Amino acid sequence: MPAGTLYRGREGMWSWVAHRVTGVLIFFFLFAHVLDTALVRVSPESYDTVIQTYKTPLVNLMEYGLVAAILFHALNGLRVVAVDFWSKGPKYQKQMLWTVVGVWVLLMAGSFYGILQHTLISWFGK
Amino acid sequence: MTTEYSDAIVVPSKQAHTGKGLGTGNPADAFVIEPPRKRTAKTPRRTRTNFEMLAWLFMRLSGVVLVALILGHLIIMLILDGGVSKIGFAFVAGRWASPFWQGWDLLMLWLAMLHGANGMRQVINDYAEKDSTRLWLKGLMGTATVFTVLLGTLVIFTFDPNI
Repeated sequence: MPAGTLYRGREGMWSWVAHRVTGVLIFFFLFAHVLDTALVRVSPESYDTVIQTYKTPLVNLMEYGLVAAILFHALNGLRVVAVDFWSKGPKYQKQMLWTVVGVWVLLMAGSFYGILQHTLISWFGK
Repeated sequence: MTTEYSDAIVVPSKQAHTGKGLGTGNPADAFVIEPPRKRTAKTPRRTRTNFEMLAWLFMRLSGVVLVALILGHLIIMLILDGGVSKIGFAFVAGRWASPFWQGWDLLMLWLAMLHGANGMRQVINDYAEKDSTRLWLKGLMGTATVFTVLLGTLVIFTFDPNI
């Protein structure tokens, strides 16, 4: 790649990219989620059938991934609000991003068992 | 000797964008580039609202509310009481027996869909360069959004546990 063609926005740019990607992913899930919930107006059986797919190991893992996307988007969104409304926000945007990443890692580690307990119990028992 | 710039008038520096000079006497002042948002005779009247500012504000206000609504939703649905195991028609019926959770879900639906739709609008505006492509993508996205919001609202208000 020729020199000077890649914008090196560092933390600010990459957090913006991650915010976009997670936002679009969450929005597409939201469509699917409203549609699957709408099945409660069709019949209890059809709703329960579709909800069964949410309980398979693969989709259970995808739920953990969805939570990962939502948590990053939420925490980084609060950082964006701080950058826009707090007078020292722009000065500390990098520190706030690393705080976001740190809190995200802690919450992801802390929720691992809780979210995947359905699959873990079915595999290994209580 | 009189130059062609001799008619430059003295204006405060904050009016430099008028291109009439900074009052420094420097002829180059006449070439100050206009800021991109300067209103011209061609600016359509309908853009003279604060839509983009209101959209910016909505993203931040709805975002903060959504953090609380969605984190609560995720903890209840995916972690408490055995995680995803418990979810089923009976569980939904139990929750929507309460107006509090109906209101929670209704507010979450509306805020999340509008927040997401506005985000998608920005993404489309950024990447779809052709006018017609932009229009079609936003039309499709807007239609899907209105449909989904109305469907979700209908489901919450007409839910029947004895169906």
